[in-house]
Amino acid sequence: MPQPLDYLKETASQTAGPYVHIGLIPAMAGFDIFEKNFSNVLVTPNTPGERITLEGKVFDGSGTPLRDVLLEIWQANATGRYNHPADRPAGAVDEEFRGWGRAGSDFESGLVTFETIKPGAIIDKAGRKCAPHVNIWIVARGINIGLSTRLYFSDEEAANAADPVLNLVEPPVRRATLIATRGERAGKVVYSFTINLQGAEETVFFDV
Amino acid sequence: MNVQAPALQDPRLNRPEPFTPRDGGFFQRDHSIHPPAHAPGYKSSVLRSPRQPLLSIENSVSEITGPVFGHNDLGPLDNDLIRNYAKDGDPVGERIIVHGRVLDETGRGVPNTLVEFWQANAGGRYRHKKDTYLAPIDPNFGGCGRALSDDTGYYYFRTVKPGPYPWRNFVNSWRPAHIHFSVFGSGFAQRLITQMYFEGDPLIPVCPILTTIPDKDALDRLVAPLDLNASTPFDSLAYRFDIVLRGQRSTYFENRTAGN
Repeated sequence: MPQPLDYLKETASQTAGPYVHIGLIPAMAGFDIFEKNFSNVLVTPNTPGERITLEGKVFDGSGTPLRDVLLEIWQANATGRYNHPADRPAGAVDEEFRGWGRAGSDFESGLVTFETIKPGAIIDKAGRKCAPHVNIWIVARGINIGLSTRLYFSDEEAANAADPVLNLVEPPVRRATLIATRGERAGKVVYSFTINLQGAEETVFFDV
Repeated sequence: MNVQAPALQDPRLNRPEPFTPRDGGFFQRDHSIHPPAHAPGYKSSVLRSPRQPLLSIENSVSEITGPVFGHNDLGPLDNDLIRNYAKDGDPVGERIIVHGRVLDETGRGVPNTLVEFWQANAGGRYRHKKDTYLAPIDPNFGGCGRALSDDTGYYYFRTVKPGPYPWRNFVNSWRPAHIHFSVFGSGFAQRLITQMYFEGDPLIPVCPILTTIPDKDALDRLVAPLDLNASTPFDSLAYRFDIVLRGQRSTYFENRTAGN
Protein backbone atom coordinates (compact mmCIF):
# COMPACT_ATOMS: atom_id res chain seq x y z
CA MET A 1 0.00 0.00 0.00
CA PRO A 2 1.36 3.44 -0.86
CA GLN A 3 1.15 6.21 1.72
CA PRO A 4 -2.15 8.01 1.88
CA LEU A 5 -2.27 11.51 0.37
CA ASP A 6 -4.04 12.91 3.42
CA TYR A 7 -5.74 15.85 1.80
CA LEU A 8 -8.87 16.98 3.56
CA LYS A 9 -12.13 16.89 1.63
CA GLU A 10 -13.97 20.07 0.75
CA THR A 11 -17.09 20.65 2.84
CA ALA A 12 -20.18 19.73 0.82
CA SER A 13 -22.33 22.58 -0.45
CA GLN A 14 -25.95 22.93 0.63
CA THR A 15 -28.66 25.18 -0.76
CA ALA A 16 -28.86 28.70 0.64
CA GLY A 17 -32.61 28.14 0.97
CA PRO A 18 -35.36 30.76 0.65
CA TYR A 19 -34.24 32.75 3.69
CA VAL A 20 -30.68 33.58 2.62
CA HIS A 21 -31.56 37.24 3.19
CA ILE A 22 -31.69 36.73 6.96
CA GLY A 23 -28.01 36.03 7.06
CA LEU A 24 -26.62 37.98 4.15
CA ILE A 25 -29.03 40.90 3.54
CA PRO A 26 -31.04 41.24 6.78
CA ALA A 27 -32.75 44.43 5.63
CA MET A 28 -34.47 42.47 2.87
CA ALA A 29 -35.74 39.96 5.45
CA GLY A 30 -37.38 42.90 7.15
CA PHE A 31 -35.09 43.78 10.03
CA ASP A 32 -31.98 45.75 10.91
CA ILE A 33 -29.33 44.04 13.02
CA PHE A 34 -25.76 44.82 11.90
CA GLU A 35 -24.01 48.13 12.35
CA LYS A 36 -22.44 47.70 8.94
CA ASN A 37 -24.12 46.10 5.99
CA PHE A 38 -22.90 44.87 2.65
CA SER A 39 -24.78 45.99 -0.41
CA ASN A 40 -25.18 46.09 -4.16
CA VAL A 41 -23.40 49.45 -4.38
CA LEU A 42 -19.71 48.89 -5.02
CA VAL A 43 -18.73 52.50 -5.59
CA THR A 44 -18.07 55.52 -3.42
CA PRO A 45 -18.05 59.07 -4.79
CA ASN A 46 -14.25 58.72 -5.07
CA THR A 47 -14.07 55.48 -7.04
CA PRO A 48 -12.30 56.03 -10.37
CA GLY A 49 -13.96 54.59 -13.44
CA GLU A 50 -17.06 54.76 -15.57
CA ARG A 51 -20.22 54.44 -13.44
CA ILE A 52 -22.51 51.68 -14.65
CA THR A 53 -25.62 49.88 -13.47
CA LEU A 54 -25.90 46.13 -13.96
CA GLU A 55 -29.51 45.07 -14.14
CA GLY A 56 -30.90 41.64 -14.80
CA LYS A 57 -33.06 38.69 -13.90
CA VAL A 58 -32.47 35.00 -13.31
CA PHE A 59 -35.06 32.70 -14.93
CA ASP A 60 -35.96 29.13 -14.02
CA GLY A 61 -36.84 26.34 -16.44
CA SER A 62 -40.43 27.56 -16.75
CA GLY A 63 -39.35 31.06 -17.77
CA THR A 64 -40.31 32.57 -14.43
CA PRO A 65 -37.89 35.02 -12.80
CA LEU A 66 -36.47 33.87 -9.47
CA ARG A 67 -37.66 36.25 -6.79
CA ASP A 68 -35.58 34.85 -3.96
CA VAL A 69 -32.18 34.67 -5.63
CA LEU A 70 -28.95 36.18 -4.31
CA LEU A 71 -26.12 37.26 -6.59
CA GLU A 72 -22.60 38.29 -5.72
CA ILE A 73 -20.23 39.96 -8.13
CA TRP A 74 -16.44 40.18 -8.06
CA GLN A 75 -14.59 42.35 -10.51
CA ALA A 76 -11.38 44.21 -11.26
CA ASN A 77 -11.12 47.97 -10.89
CA ALA A 78 -11.02 50.41 -13.78
CA THR A 79 -7.37 49.62 -14.46
CA GLY A 80 -7.87 45.86 -14.48
CA ARG A 81 -6.62 45.04 -10.98
CA TYR A 82 -8.42 42.92 -8.42
CA ASN A 83 -8.27 44.29 -4.88
CA HIS A 84 -6.45 41.23 -3.52
CA PRO A 85 -2.82 40.45 -2.63
CA ALA A 86 -2.63 37.57 -5.12
CA ASP A 87 -2.97 40.10 -7.96
CA ARG A 88 0.39 41.65 -7.11
CA PRO A 89 1.79 42.22 -10.57
CA ALA A 90 -1.16 44.28 -11.72
CA GLY A 91 -1.62 48.03 -11.23
CA ALA A 92 -2.09 49.81 -7.92
CA VAL A 93 -4.87 48.75 -5.58
CA ASP A 94 -7.69 51.19 -5.54
CA GLU A 95 -8.61 51.77 -1.90
CA GLU A 96 -11.97 53.15 -2.97
CA PHE A 97 -13.02 49.94 -4.68
CA ARG A 98 -13.29 46.56 -2.96
CA GLY A 99 -14.65 45.01 -6.15
CA TRP A 100 -17.29 42.90 -4.45
CA GLY A 101 -20.98 43.32 -3.84
CA ARG A 102 -24.13 41.29 -3.26
CA ALA A 103 -27.76 41.81 -4.17
CA GLY A 104 -31.02 40.01 -3.63
CA SER A 105 -33.66 40.07 -6.33
CA ASP A 106 -36.76 42.17 -5.85
CA PHE A 107 -39.44 40.01 -4.19
CA GLU A 108 -42.05 41.07 -6.78
CA SER A 109 -40.24 41.51 -10.09
CA GLY A 110 -37.12 39.40 -9.61
CA LEU A 111 -34.94 42.30 -10.75
CA VAL A 112 -31.32 42.33 -9.54
CA THR A 113 -29.24 45.51 -9.74
CA PHE A 114 -25.67 46.55 -8.95
CA GLU A 115 -24.16 50.02 -8.98
CA THR A 116 -20.53 49.66 -9.97
CA ILE A 117 -17.89 50.71 -12.47
CA LYS A 118 -16.87 49.13 -15.70
CA PRO A 119 -13.85 46.94 -15.02
CA GLY A 120 -10.63 47.23 -16.99
CA ALA A 121 -9.13 44.42 -19.02
CA ILE A 122 -6.95 41.93 -17.16
CA ILE A 123 -3.89 40.09 -18.45
CA ASP A 124 -3.81 36.33 -18.02
CA LYS A 125 -0.74 34.31 -17.09
CA ALA A 126 0.02 33.65 -20.73
CA GLY A 127 0.18 37.42 -21.25
CA ARG A 128 -3.06 37.53 -23.20
CA LYS A 129 -5.43 40.44 -22.76
CA CYS A 130 -8.82 39.30 -21.43
CA ALA A 131 -11.97 41.21 -22.19
CA PRO A 132 -13.43 43.21 -19.28
CA HIS A 133 -15.79 41.01 -17.31
CA VAL A 134 -17.64 40.67 -14.04
CA ASN A 135 -17.64 37.34 -12.16
CA ILE A 136 -21.03 36.30 -10.82
CA TRP A 137 -21.96 33.75 -8.17
CA ILE A 138 -25.60 32.70 -7.79
CA VAL A 139 -27.37 30.99 -4.90
CA ALA A 140 -31.03 30.39 -4.12
CA ARG A 141 -33.52 27.85 -2.90
CA GLY A 142 -33.25 24.85 -5.23
CA ILE A 143 -29.65 25.62 -6.22
CA ASN A 144 -27.58 22.95 -4.51
CA ILE A 145 -24.20 24.42 -5.25
CA GLY A 146 -23.53 28.07 -6.11
CA LEU A 147 -23.38 28.72 -9.85
CA SER A 148 -20.45 30.63 -11.35
CA THR A 149 -20.76 32.64 -14.51
CA ARG A 150 -19.40 35.84 -16.06
CA LEU A 151 -20.75 38.96 -17.66
CA TYR A 152 -19.03 40.53 -20.64
CA PHE A 153 -19.96 43.86 -22.21
CA SER A 154 -21.75 44.30 -25.54
CA ASP A 155 -19.66 47.35 -26.48
CA GLU A 156 -16.39 45.39 -26.28
CA GLU A 157 -16.86 43.39 -29.46
CA ALA A 158 -13.20 43.24 -30.46
CA ALA A 159 -12.01 42.35 -26.97
CA ASN A 160 -14.75 39.74 -26.58
CA ALA A 161 -13.82 38.14 -29.89
CA ALA A 162 -10.26 37.69 -28.62
CA ASP A 163 -11.11 36.66 -25.07
CA PRO A 164 -9.51 33.32 -24.18
CA VAL A 165 -12.39 32.18 -21.97
CA LEU A 166 -15.25 33.22 -24.27
CA ASN A 167 -13.47 31.38 -27.05
CA LEU A 168 -13.69 28.13 -25.08
CA VAL A 169 -17.50 28.23 -25.18
CA GLU A 170 -18.87 25.70 -27.66
CA PRO A 171 -21.01 25.97 -29.60
CA PRO A 172 -20.17 29.64 -30.25
CA VAL A 173 -23.85 30.60 -30.23
CA ARG A 174 -23.85 30.08 -26.45
CA ARG A 175 -21.30 32.90 -25.98
CA ALA A 176 -24.16 35.38 -26.35
CA THR A 177 -25.58 34.18 -23.01
CA LEU A 178 -22.65 35.90 -21.27
CA ILE A 179 -23.01 39.33 -22.88
CA ALA A 180 -24.70 42.21 -21.07
CA THR A 181 -26.32 44.77 -23.38
CA ARG A 182 -25.34 48.40 -23.04
CA GLY A 183 -28.09 50.98 -22.89
CA GLU A 184 -28.77 54.38 -21.40
CA ARG A 185 -31.53 55.53 -19.11
CA ALA A 186 -31.85 59.02 -17.67
CA GLY A 187 -28.23 59.71 -18.51
CA LYS A 188 -26.99 56.58 -16.74
CA VAL A 189 -25.27 53.67 -18.41
CA VAL A 190 -27.22 50.47 -17.79
CA TYR A 191 -26.04 47.02 -18.82
CA SER A 192 -28.89 44.51 -18.97
CA PHE A 193 -28.37 40.80 -18.51
CA THR A 194 -30.42 37.64 -18.42
CA ILE A 195 -29.42 34.42 -16.71
CA ASN A 196 -31.35 31.30 -17.71
CA LEU A 197 -30.90 28.31 -15.45
CA GLN A 198 -32.34 25.94 -18.07
CA GLY A 199 -33.74 25.84 -21.58
CA ALA A 200 -32.66 26.60 -25.12
CA GLU A 201 -30.90 29.77 -23.99
CA GLU A 202 -29.32 28.24 -20.87
CA THR A 203 -26.54 30.48 -19.61
CA VAL A 204 -23.02 29.10 -19.67
CA PHE A 205 -21.99 28.23 -16.12
CA PHE A 206 -18.40 27.51 -15.21
CA ASP A 207 -16.66 24.86 -13.19
CA VAL A 208 -13.92 27.24 -12.07
CA MET B 1 -20.72 42.10 25.96
CA ASN B 2 -18.66 39.77 23.86
CA VAL B 3 -18.55 36.01 23.93
CA GLN B 4 -15.49 34.51 25.57
CA ALA B 5 -13.52 32.33 23.20
CA PRO B 6 -13.68 28.65 24.14
CA ALA B 7 -10.26 27.18 24.89
CA LEU B 8 -8.32 26.21 21.80
CA GLN B 9 -6.92 22.74 21.32
CA ASP B 10 -3.33 21.99 22.23
CA PRO B 11 -1.50 24.71 20.27
CA ARG B 12 1.17 22.22 19.19
CA LEU B 13 -1.48 20.51 17.11
CA ASN B 14 -2.78 23.77 15.83
CA ARG B 15 0.36 25.63 14.95
CA PRO B 16 -0.48 28.45 12.56
CA GLU B 17 1.61 28.81 9.45
CA PRO B 18 2.36 32.29 8.24
CA PHE B 19 -0.33 32.75 5.64
CA THR B 20 0.22 34.28 2.28
CA PRO B 21 -2.32 33.76 -0.45
CA ARG B 22 -0.91 31.35 -2.98
CA ASP B 23 -1.21 32.36 -6.57
CA GLY B 24 -1.55 29.00 -8.24
CA GLY B 25 -4.97 27.65 -9.07
CA PHE B 26 -7.32 25.92 -6.68
CA PHE B 27 -7.55 22.15 -6.61
CA GLN B 28 -10.21 20.91 -8.94
CA ARG B 29 -13.54 20.63 -7.18
CA ASP B 30 -14.62 17.04 -6.51
CA HIS B 31 -18.25 17.18 -7.59
CA SER B 32 -18.93 13.66 -6.33
CA ILE B 33 -19.04 14.97 -2.75
CA HIS B 34 -21.43 17.80 -3.58
CA PRO B 35 -25.14 17.44 -4.27
CA PRO B 36 -25.97 17.27 -7.98
CA ALA B 37 -27.76 20.32 -9.39
CA HIS B 38 -30.74 18.21 -10.43
CA ALA B 39 -31.96 16.26 -7.39
CA PRO B 40 -35.69 15.49 -7.86
CA GLY B 41 -36.22 14.45 -4.21
CA TYR B 42 -35.60 18.11 -3.42
CA LYS B 43 -38.33 19.43 -5.69
CA SER B 44 -37.15 23.03 -5.93
CA SER B 45 -34.01 21.86 -7.72
CA VAL B 46 -35.95 20.52 -10.71
CA LEU B 47 -36.61 23.87 -12.44
CA ARG B 48 -33.52 25.55 -11.03
CA SER B 49 -30.75 23.19 -12.15
CA PRO B 50 -28.64 23.76 -15.25
CA ARG B 51 -28.87 20.84 -17.67
CA GLN B 52 -25.84 21.65 -19.80
CA PRO B 53 -22.46 20.51 -18.50
CA LEU B 54 -20.48 23.19 -16.68
CA LEU B 55 -17.62 24.66 -18.71
CA SER B 56 -14.40 23.74 -16.93
CA ILE B 57 -11.83 26.50 -17.08
CA GLU B 58 -8.38 26.81 -15.64
CA ASN B 59 -8.22 29.30 -12.78
CA SER B 60 -7.21 32.80 -13.75
CA VAL B 61 -6.67 35.82 -11.55
CA SER B 62 -10.47 36.25 -11.64
CA GLU B 63 -10.90 33.05 -9.60
CA ILE B 64 -7.84 32.99 -7.33
CA THR B 65 -8.59 36.45 -5.98
CA GLY B 66 -11.60 37.35 -3.88
CA PRO B 67 -12.97 40.03 -1.60
CA VAL B 68 -10.95 40.90 1.49
CA PHE B 69 -12.76 41.65 4.75
CA GLY B 70 -11.52 43.13 7.99
CA HIS B 71 -12.64 43.91 11.50
CA ASN B 72 -14.00 47.24 10.27
CA ASP B 73 -16.74 45.30 8.49
CA LEU B 74 -18.05 43.77 11.71
CA GLY B 75 -19.71 45.14 14.82
CA PRO B 76 -18.77 44.00 18.34
CA LEU B 77 -21.89 41.86 18.82
CA ASP B 78 -21.97 40.30 15.37
CA ASN B 79 -20.88 36.87 16.65
CA ASP B 80 -23.25 36.86 19.62
CA LEU B 81 -26.73 35.86 18.49
CA ILE B 82 -27.89 35.81 22.11
CA ARG B 83 -27.27 39.54 22.41
CA ASN B 84 -27.22 41.05 18.94
CA TYR B 85 -31.01 41.37 18.70
CA ALA B 86 -31.98 41.23 22.37
CA LYS B 87 -34.69 43.78 23.17
CA ASP B 88 -35.86 43.01 26.71
CA GLY B 89 -34.17 39.74 27.64
CA ASP B 90 -32.39 36.70 26.31
CA PRO B 91 -33.79 34.61 23.47
CA VAL B 92 -35.71 31.47 24.37
CA GLY B 93 -33.87 28.21 23.87
CA GLU B 94 -30.87 26.09 24.63
CA ARG B 95 -27.75 28.26 24.75
CA ILE B 96 -24.92 26.91 22.59
CA ILE B 97 -21.45 27.80 21.35
CA VAL B 98 -20.50 26.84 17.81
CA HIS B 99 -16.80 26.87 17.04
CA GLY B 100 -14.28 25.38 14.67
CA ARG B 101 -11.69 26.15 12.05
CA VAL B 102 -11.86 27.17 8.44
CA LEU B 103 -9.24 25.02 6.73
CA ASP B 104 -8.26 24.33 3.17
CA GLU B 105 -7.78 20.87 1.68
CA THR B 106 -4.09 20.94 2.62
CA GLY B 107 -5.03 21.44 6.29
CA ARG B 108 -3.88 25.06 6.46
CA GLY B 109 -6.06 27.35 8.51
CA VAL B 110 -7.67 30.08 6.38
CA PRO B 111 -7.21 33.29 8.39
CA ASN B 112 -9.17 36.55 8.25
CA THR B 113 -11.98 35.07 6.27
CA LEU B 114 -15.59 36.09 6.68
CA VAL B 115 -17.95 33.45 8.05
CA GLU B 116 -21.64 34.37 8.06
CA PHE B 117 -24.42 32.29 9.59
CA TRP B 118 -28.20 32.36 9.90
CA GLN B 119 -30.80 30.15 11.49
CA ALA B 120 -34.34 29.69 12.76
CA ASN B 121 -35.13 30.38 16.42
CA ALA B 122 -35.61 27.69 19.06
CA GLY B 123 -39.16 27.09 17.79
CA GLY B 124 -38.09 26.60 14.20
CA ARG B 125 -39.32 29.98 12.92
CA TYR B 126 -37.25 32.38 10.82
CA ARG B 127 -37.40 36.11 11.26
CA HIS B 128 -38.31 36.64 7.63
CA LYS B 129 -41.39 38.21 6.14
CA LYS B 130 -41.79 35.20 3.87
CA ASP B 131 -41.78 32.61 6.71
CA THR B 132 -45.35 31.77 7.74
CA TYR B 133 -44.74 28.74 9.99
CA LEU B 134 -47.02 28.88 13.03
CA ALA B 135 -44.22 28.70 15.64
CA PRO B 136 -43.79 32.10 17.32
CA ILE B 137 -41.25 34.75 16.42
CA ASP B 138 -38.88 35.36 19.34
CA PRO B 139 -38.76 39.12 20.02
CA ASN B 140 -35.19 38.80 21.29
CA PHE B 141 -33.74 36.73 18.49
CA GLY B 142 -32.71 37.96 15.04
CA GLY B 143 -31.08 34.76 13.85
CA CYS B 144 -27.98 35.94 12.04
CA GLY B 145 -24.40 36.75 12.79
CA ARG B 146 -20.90 36.77 11.38
CA ALA B 147 -17.30 36.33 12.43
CA LEU B 148 -13.84 36.76 11.01
CA SER B 149 -11.54 33.76 11.42
CA ASP B 150 -8.34 34.43 13.36
CA ASP B 151 -4.73 33.76 12.31
CA THR B 152 -5.26 30.00 12.60
CA GLY B 153 -8.60 29.97 10.81
CA TYR B 154 -10.49 29.64 14.11
CA TYR B 155 -13.97 31.14 14.49
CA TYR B 156 -16.70 30.93 17.11
CA PHE B 157 -20.09 32.35 17.95
CA ARG B 158 -22.80 32.03 20.57
CA THR B 159 -26.45 31.39 19.84
CA VAL B 160 -29.46 29.27 20.79
CA LYS B 161 -30.03 25.87 19.23
CA PRO B 162 -32.44 26.21 16.29
CA GLY B 163 -35.59 24.10 16.18
CA PRO B 164 -36.64 21.75 13.37
CA TYR B 165 -39.48 22.89 11.13
CA PRO B 166 -41.77 21.56 8.39
CA TRP B 167 -41.55 22.74 4.79
CA ARG B 168 -43.40 22.22 1.56
CA ASN B 169 -41.67 19.44 -0.31
CA PHE B 170 -43.44 16.24 0.63
CA VAL B 171 -46.32 16.73 3.05
CA ASN B 172 -44.21 15.39 5.90
CA SER B 173 -40.88 16.98 5.01
CA TRP B 174 -39.14 18.40 8.08
CA ARG B 175 -35.79 20.11 8.22
CA PRO B 176 -33.46 18.86 10.93
CA ALA B 177 -32.14 21.58 13.23
CA HIS B 178 -29.47 23.38 11.22
CA ILE B 179 -27.43 26.55 10.89
CA HIS B 180 -26.65 27.99 7.46
CA PHE B 181 -23.02 28.96 6.83
CA SER B 182 -21.55 31.20 4.15
CA VAL B 183 -17.76 31.27 3.81
CA PHE B 184 -15.45 33.20 1.50
CA GLY B 185 -11.86 31.91 1.71
CA SER B 186 -9.07 33.77 -0.05
CA GLY B 187 -10.28 33.39 -3.64
CA PHE B 188 -13.75 33.79 -5.15
CA ALA B 189 -13.65 30.20 -6.45
CA GLN B 190 -13.68 28.99 -2.82
CA ARG B 191 -17.03 30.65 -2.17
CA LEU B 192 -19.27 28.19 -0.33
CA ILE B 193 -22.66 28.05 1.31
CA THR B 194 -23.46 25.03 3.42
CA GLN B 195 -25.45 23.94 6.47
CA MET B 196 -24.34 22.56 9.82
CA TYR B 197 -26.42 19.87 11.54
CA PHE B 198 -26.38 18.58 15.12
CA GLU B 199 -25.11 15.20 16.26
CA GLY B 200 -27.89 12.76 17.07
CA ASP B 201 -30.76 14.51 15.25
CA PRO B 202 -33.19 11.80 14.04
CA LEU B 203 -34.39 14.00 11.16
CA ILE B 204 -30.98 13.96 9.45
CA PRO B 205 -31.41 10.65 7.55
CA VAL B 206 -34.87 11.60 6.26
CA CYS B 207 -34.20 15.18 5.14
CA PRO B 208 -34.77 15.58 1.37
CA ILE B 209 -32.22 18.40 1.20
CA LEU B 210 -29.47 16.75 3.21
CA THR B 211 -29.86 13.49 1.33
CA THR B 212 -29.12 15.23 -1.97
CA ILE B 213 -25.49 14.64 -0.98
CA PRO B 214 -24.51 11.34 -2.60
CA ASP B 215 -21.44 10.69 -0.45
CA LYS B 216 -22.20 9.39 3.06
CA ASP B 217 -18.89 10.63 4.47
CA ALA B 218 -19.44 14.09 3.00
CA LEU B 219 -22.86 14.14 4.62
CA ASP B 220 -21.42 13.07 7.98
CA ARG B 221 -18.93 15.91 7.82
CA LEU B 222 -21.83 18.38 7.97
CA VAL B 223 -22.89 17.00 11.35
CA ALA B 224 -21.26 18.85 14.25
CA PRO B 225 -20.42 16.72 17.29
CA LEU B 226 -21.16 17.81 20.82
CA ASP B 227 -17.92 19.20 22.29
CA LEU B 228 -18.10 19.07 26.07
CA ASN B 229 -14.52 20.31 26.41
CA ALA B 230 -15.46 23.63 24.84
CA SER B 231 -18.76 23.93 26.70
CA THR B 232 -19.17 26.59 29.37
CA PRO B 233 -20.25 24.91 32.62
CA PHE B 234 -23.71 25.95 33.79
CA ASP B 235 -24.09 28.13 30.68
CA SER B 236 -23.73 26.67 27.20
CA LEU B 237 -23.09 23.42 25.41
CA ALA B 238 -20.65 23.59 22.51
CA TYR B 239 -20.64 22.05 19.05
CA ARG B 240 -17.55 21.82 16.87
CA PHE B 241 -17.82 22.48 13.14
CA ASP B 242 -14.75 22.60 10.92
CA ILE B 243 -15.23 23.87 7.39
CA VAL B 244 -12.91 22.82 4.57
CA LEU B 245 -12.48 25.04 1.52
CA ARG B 246 -10.63 24.20 -1.66
CA GLY B 247 -6.86 23.84 -1.52
CA GLN B 248 -4.56 25.98 -3.60
CA ARG B 249 -1.27 25.35 -5.33
CA SER B 250 1.54 27.84 -5.10
CA THR B 251 3.18 28.99 -8.28
CA TYR B 252 6.63 27.50 -8.62
CA PHE B 253 9.29 30.17 -8.86
CA GLU B 254 12.81 28.96 -9.65
CA ASN B 255 14.24 31.74 -7.55
CA ARG B 256 11.97 31.04 -4.60
CA THR B 257 11.78 27.33 -4.10
CA ALA B 258 10.78 27.38 -0.43
CA GLY B 259 7.12 26.88 0.22
CA ASN B 260 6.33 24.97 -2.95
